[in-house]
Order: sequence, then C-alpha cells, then structure tokens
Amino acid sequence: MAAQSVDGRILEFIEGRFPQAGIEPGQDIFSLGYINSLFAMELVMFLEKTFAFTLPNDELRIENFRTVEAMTALVDRCRSAVAVG
Amino acid sequence: MAALGTAAPPRAAVAVDRAAARAFVQAHIAPHADAWDRQGVIPEETLERIGAAGLWAPFLPIDLGGRGLDMVTLGEVHEEVGRGCSSVRSLLTVHTMLSWALNRWGSPDQLEQWAEELAAGRVLGAFCLSEPGAGSDAAGIASTATPHRGGWLLRGTKKWTTNGQRADLFLVFARTESSIVALLVPRTTPGVRVTPIHDMLGTRSSMLAEIEFDDVALGPEALLGPSAFAAGMVLTGTLDLGRYSVAAGSVGIIQASLDASTAYASERAVGGTLLRDMQLIRAKLSDMVTDVRAARLLCAEAGRLKDAGDPATIMATWVAKYFASTAAAKHSAEAVQIHGANGCSPRYPVARYYRDAKVMEIIEGSTEIQRTTIAGEAFREWTP
Repeated sequence: MAAQSVDGRILEFIEGRFPQAGIEPGQDIFSLGYINSLFAMELVMFLEKTFAFTLPNDELRIENFRTVEAMTALVDRCRSAVAVG
Repeated sequence: MAALGTAAPPRAAVAVDRAAARAFVQAHIAPHADAWDRQGVIPEETLERIGAAGLWAPFLPIDLGGRGLDMVTLGEVHEEVGRGCSSVRSLLTVHTMLSWALNRWGSPDQLEQWAEELAAGRVLGAFCLSEPGAGSDAAGIASTATPHRGGWLLRGTKKWTTNGQRADLFLVFARTESSIVALLVPRTTPGVRVTPIHDMLGTRSSMLAEIEFDDVALGPEALLGPSAFAAGMVLTGTLDLGRYSVAAGSVGIIQASLDASTAYASERAVGGTLLRDMQLIRAKLSDMVTDVRAARLLCAEAGRLKDAGDPATIMATWVAKYFASTAAAKHSAEAVQIHGANGCSPRYPVARYYRDAKVMEIIEGSTEIQRTTIAGEAFREWTP
C-alpha cells in the first residue's frame, strides 16, 4: 500500500473526529463551528505524533491550522527544521 | 520543549514507582493525614521529604532534574499518595500541572530558571484559574493581562488556589483583549496578595488561598507558551494532566475506602455476627473491588495514551476522571456507612475519605462538565 500523503492523513484524522464534516483541503475548518480547545489540542498532538516533531510556540498561530492545506505546509516546515536540526 | 517519559531514570537515584511511593506514604503520609486534616496544613518537613523522595515532578526529563518518569507510573504514584492523603496528592497535582506546562511550553530561559527548582521541590508551583465568578467555565475568567512596557500588567483575583498559601510560583491564566495568556508569576512579585482559605469541606490541608493580583507588573519572560489562538491549548493541556492526577487520586480514595472497610468488617460484630459475614456488607465490598479495578484500568489507559502521544488521551482522561471521582464519592460514602457512627467520628479515616471524595467531583471540571463533554464525544463520532 502506498504511503498516504500528509494532507490525506490530516483529512482522515479530522473526518475521523467529525464524520459528518465533509472537509475540503482548502476549507476554513474554523468556519464550520467544530473547533474548540479540546479539538485544537488533539490536532496538535496528532500532528506531533504522526509526523514526529514538536511544534514550536511561534508556529502555533491560527493561520497555520485554518485549512488542511495550511496544516500540510506547517508539517513540511517543521519536518524540514527537524531534518536540518 | 521536550517529550515526556522518554528516558530511563539514573541508576543511583532513589526509585520512583508504585512500590516506592506506597512505602513512602505508609511511613510518612498516611499516619499523619488525619491530624493534618484537622490542622489544615501540611508540615514543611513533609514537603521536604516529598522532595527527597523525588515525588514532586519525576516526569521531568533527567537533564532538567527529573527522572523521565512515564505517565502510567506517574499515575500510579499519585494513586498511592491519594490513598494516603488527598491533600498531599492535591499539592502534587498543581505542582505537576505547572511543571508539565513549563516543560511543554517553556522557553529555554524559563526552563533554565525554574525546571530544576521545581523538580527538586525547592520551588513549589500552583495553578491559578478559578475566580470568584468562574470555575469550570474557564472562558468566564475576568482577570486581565494588559501589554505594559514590553511585558504585562496583571489584574484580578483567583480563588480556591490549591497550595496558594505556600506555593512560590503561580501559573496564572488571564484574559487579553482577544484571547487568554498563561503567565508565570513568582509569589514575591509586588502586588501579589495571598489570603488563606480555611475550613473547606474536604482536602482541608491542601492550603487553599485566594490570590489577588493588584496591577502586578511582569516582564515579557512571564508569558508561558503562545498567546492568542494557541493559548487555549496551554490551558487544555495543563487541565488534562491535572484531571489525570485527580483521577488517579480518586482511585487511591476508593482503595483506601476498601482497605478501611475490609479491616473494620473483619473486627466489628453485630448481634454476634461479623460484618464481613453479612451479605449486604459483602455486596458493598464487592462493588468497591470491582470499581477500583475498573477505575485503575481507565487511568492506566489514559496514561498509556499520554506516553504514546496519542490525542485520544484527552477523552480517555475525561472518562477516567468521571468514573474514578464518582466511584470514589460512592464508595467512600459506603465506607462511612459500613463504619456506622464510628465512621462519622475522627477515630477512623473514612470520614476524611468521604469529604475528600466530594471535592474530586468538583475540581478539574465538575461531574456535570465531564458528562456533558463525554456525551459530546458520542455525538462527535456518530455517523448517521
């Protein structure tokens, strides 16, 4: 089985939590009314565990979590930082 | 920021595990817990002994002065402490919350300044969220943090702060214009005023206080973690660990209720028959045995998920805390019932368990908040 893409895994996680959401990669998930601090924490833990990095404080900005595309870019940046570091 | 529970403890250090915690509690905590409960204070000597035993923040990484203890074992340690004295366990809980938040969100400078002191217990931490007008509804806090000369000006009043009477460092949550922030506030900062709260129903020696922050000027280094959107995660993560500790402590209360009830039922006779031979008493004990095992397993599962970094730990911890705290309230009440009038007296510890257990249903999210949140999980994952 081919490795799943980053955005695919993020989408799968969100849809696993909210099966009825029907999220698109460019969709603003905050506009759906699902996001609370509990899910935000789960999302951060999911990203850190799945992609093996620790999110630095300065990356914990709302723009980085607004869409699956933004989260995918965040993962790419953080993975690059880990690889360089 | 460092991951938790990834390193083995140094061989030379005193062990920190369930067995060591149980031995420590039996020697230095449990025999005195009723007296401390009446006096409303934990002696300074005991606080130092806890530090010498390595119990304040053993989950911190070794390079920060901790033992790198995993979360499952931490829960077992807090259960054993809670079995002996819920007030002492409460002190561990709030110290754990601050220390964990520092480790997870702290800057290198903040870690250097505070981590080793917290690990050793030379600095004791407390968690300041509740206010006169806001408890489980954390979004309702009224304390404010205003940008001020490159730092912050903190204003407001926190209430029911566990170990507020004694703690050296406060983790304070306050509202900004658009969000909330978490601030590290040393007790000695000008404008911090501590007023002890006495004569609570339970955890009477947890040294509660009301803390007033009267235009407390703080530097930029006081900010712990991100501000704005992500600051809520600091609160969520910190409360999650506090909830885990309270859940574990509640397991300890159930076990202590079972221990006391088994002993009493084996010595007390009614009409020539030992209580232990009466079916209604045996029914109560069988439910205690069953629930303490179930609660312990729920805590262990929440801890295992924490060690794995699995986001499912947050809901697992809600479930563990709800089950363990309500079971503790139920079974400590039954322990008093089994003891009869003796159970209502200071001669037996079960009255303390009963009063302490009630507190467990309120702190770190009331039972009603727990049930609402857990029900929300059912709908969240429901597919028509």
